[in-house]
Amino acid sequence: MAATKPEDALVHVLWINAGLSCDGDSVALTAAMQPSIEEIVLGALPGLPKVAVHWPLIDFECGPGGMGEPGADTFIKWFYKAEKGELDPFVLVVEGSIPNEAIKKEGYWCGFGNNFETGQPMTTSEWLDRLTPKALAVLAVGTCATYGGIHAMAGNPTGAMGVPDYLGWNWKSRAGIPIVCVPGCPIQPDNLSETILYLLYQATGQAPMIPLDENLRPKWLFGQTVHEGCDRAGYYEQGDFTTDYGSPKCLVKIGCWGPVVKCNVPKRGWMAGIGGCPNVGGICIGCTMPGFPDKFMPFMDEPPGSKVSAGISGVLGKLVRNLRGITERTLDKEPKWRHRGEELTTGYRKPW
Amino acid sequence: MATAQTNSNLVEMAWDPITRIVGSLGIYTKIDFGKRTVAECHSTSSIFRGYSIFMKGKDPRDAHFITSRICGICGDNHATCSCYTQNMAYGVRPPHLGEWIVNLGEAAEYMFDHNIFQENLVGVDFCERMVRETNPGVWEKAAKTEAAHASAHGYRTIGDIMKSLNPLEGEFYREALQMSRMTREMFCLMEGRHVHPSTLYPGGVGTVATIQLFTDYLTRLMRYVEFMKRVVPMHDDLFDFFYEAMPGYEKVGERRVLLGCWGSLQDPEYCNFKYRDMTDWGRKMFVTPGVVVDGKLLTTDLVKINLGIRILLGHSYYDNWEGKEIFVKNDPLGNPVDEHHPWNQHTIPKPQKRDFDDKYSWVMSPRWYDGKDHLALDTGGGPLARLWVTALAGLVDIGYVKATGTSVIFNLPKTATKPEVSFEWKIPKWSNTIERDRARTYFQAYAAAAALHFVEQALKEVRAGHTKTWEPFKVPKDAIGCGFTEAVRGVLSHHMVIRDGKIANYHPYPPTPWNGNPRDIYGTPGPYEDAVQGSPIFEENGPGDKFKGIDIMRTVRSFDPCLPCGVHMYLGNGKVLEKRHSPTLLNQVG
Repeated sequence: MAATKPEDALVHVLWINAGLSCDGDSVALTAAMQPSIEEIVLGALPGLPKVAVHWPLIDFECGPGGMGEPGADTFIKWFYKAEKGELDPFVLVVEGSIPNEAIKKEGYWCGFGNNFETGQPMTTSEWLDRLTPKALAVLAVGTCATYGGIHAMAGNPTGAMGVPDYLGWNWKSRAGIPIVCVPGCPIQPDNLSETILYLLYQATGQAPMIPLDENLRPKWLFGQTVHEGCDRAGYYEQGDFTTDYGSPKCLVKIGCWGPVVKCNVPKRGWMAGIGGCPNVGGICIGCTMPGFPDKFMPFMDEPPGSKVSAGISGVLGKLVRNLRGITERTLDKEPKWRHRGEELTTGYRKPW
Repeated sequence: MATAQTNSNLVEMAWDPITRIVGSLGIYTKIDFGKRTVAECHSTSSIFRGYSIFMKGKDPRDAHFITSRICGICGDNHATCSCYTQNMAYGVRPPHLGEWIVNLGEAAEYMFDHNIFQENLVGVDFCERMVRETNPGVWEKAAKTEAAHASAHGYRTIGDIMKSLNPLEGEFYREALQMSRMTREMFCLMEGRHVHPSTLYPGGVGTVATIQLFTDYLTRLMRYVEFMKRVVPMHDDLFDFFYEAMPGYEKVGERRVLLGCWGSLQDPEYCNFKYRDMTDWGRKMFVTPGVVVDGKLLTTDLVKINLGIRILLGHSYYDNWEGKEIFVKNDPLGNPVDEHHPWNQHTIPKPQKRDFDDKYSWVMSPRWYDGKDHLALDTGGGPLARLWVTALAGLVDIGYVKATGTSVIFNLPKTATKPEVSFEWKIPKWSNTIERDRARTYFQAYAAAAALHFVEQALKEVRAGHTKTWEPFKVPKDAIGCGFTEAVRGVLSHHMVIRDGKIANYHPYPPTPWNGNPRDIYGTPGPYEDAVQGSPIFEENGPGDKFKGIDIMRTVRSFDPCLPCGVHMYLGNGKVLEKRHSPTLLNQVG
């Protein structure tokens, strides 16, 4: 941070994938292309600081030492170094929901490496207790880490919750940065790589405070609804709803929550503009939302709230559709002056 | 696991968490540096989430959305398996086109997942940098050894191949990473999103089937086919070199041939998702289900496979469910179903301290009962079992792929710059680390070749005007269902019981519980443990600050671990060294 040029600064990124997760956000990040992980690490964009990523998914280092014994390339040592204040600055990335370790007498719901003193797994919550006070920023990736997600569903045995539930929604890092949440189950790849890029610019003084909404999501990514970016919204407007999967029409009658879910996937596609959810025939199940999954289940039923709005659209939309049909038929025909013969009927007055 | 020193040669070492796998896995071993072998190994998982518990009482139609979230790299395999299970329970048969689309998505998943794992995760264990650090002698030899198939892949020496696998700097490493993205685009065309699909449903898919959809897929597929024409010979050269450079390397990670494959990629002409016909349509799958023991094919019958599955507890953190309600006494054919079968399992977690002499993992121990023994089958990381079973069964013959009884042949058509090429995977002599890895590369070619067939079939449907991809269904009040497929790294089954229209019981069994389980009630170690135990150490570093345990890591990774779980090894007689290591790969600071 003391470096004069941002390119000379070194920022460590410590990644804990051992919340209750599926590692799907780690995997999804390898799909990112705007920018790609290699572009971030190799400094392919202007102003990028040097980045040392300690990320279980593809880290070179994988030596013994898991119990504190000697051996080359011990991955977990970086986390101990960070705890001792030897890595500065660092961004802590958390993937997976945080189980409640306090609800049972002993054992662990999830651990990440070992506590060398006890010889037992170091729980993910303990790592959060040790590392978050020292982190420049905490980045919660995926809906499990942001809001609890699937593993925090009703009836779950672990008492799982999101990082803001664990640290407190008003928590701020020593640099004054709130928890940054990139939800999605999993995250849309470029949404995460773009947020990481922003934080690296912010960490080196090149960008102002990251703009977040009330649920700690980057505003520019989660400001619109699925419906606002959906290429099937035209069908909705025309009251044209399908009751079968596999149709190109609007899916709200068969379980799509797009009109009320904040997410940019239909607009951005899943990767390289390809794929997505309602835009390609997949109902939106609200996977970026704090209320996910319970408030959207059963997923394949029509959202109760959409009955009124879609009903109105059904009546008005039909009228609109009919009127548009007339216009469309007109527009589908060429103007009548395009023809063979000796006559010119374009409206031009021949001077010859 | 205090710093116990068993004898002067026996050193305890812990790897935790293991990197370059999916999830958190721990393996704890004792290594005999006198004999240069691994004396003992324990494998442990450090995460519990409780899917079978929180799925109870939920709408059965939510099952594939929920179970997809079990795995972050092959979630779609779960979603697919769950849809198969639901199709059986609801009695619905998707339109053929819907099944072709699922097959194309799943084939793309194999192409993507094997590719990224092999080249960007496993490959690093074989790269120049790693080999230089663990086996300088082997590196020297590699740099001088001409690659037998240099003309096919463009790398003159084995050393050149190893250099190309160096993380980030290696040209092939970067190319493969990019290829993993293109194959995910193929996946997204069919299933919407990677890794949790948006367009899969019981009854078929929501994907809109157009000429454009299949053209976009086929164009990318042919680029991948061209890529595989280089990748197969390149990996053959690399893996053959390891046998040559280190005589006895075949013993690394070797275990008895105990392989299970639950079959993959349905043929819609035959698959009606009815349990009573499962034996027949199972044998029509484009990857044959079966069990191979000591080189012999015991069965290809999915009903027999289903009834043989047993879930044992042993050294895991759960209470036994004996005496609890039995949900399914008999299968739909009238066969008795065991109390320890997934249909009848109850998951009762009991969190407690980790103790390697007692309970030490969140993974249960699935076994396959052959009528006599509870066999600790492994999946060979997926491809080894799939190829072995398919080769022996000799049932698959679609032109692009042909099983011969002793091998599987892939015929890849002409591509932009390469002529038609055929590859043949032959049943190897061992079920070991190198052969698990080699099979992975060959299976990438298998998936690509099979996808060519699926595109042709799908286009035939669309051109004939059959564009329906989904069939309506009703959820019955009471029903049971099961689904079988191959997750990328091996066998996958889902078992569901519906009562009063809700999920009464749901137990998924992915490959990693099969491969990464702890000792069972009979004391039989799980496959990782078994493969590492007794395995020789070829690393040139002795115990101490330079030792990485590369041979053990190669063995563990050869199974393609995919679990929120960890492998630990523990070096008991040493002190913590202060030595600093130069930053590497993504933590490159220089």
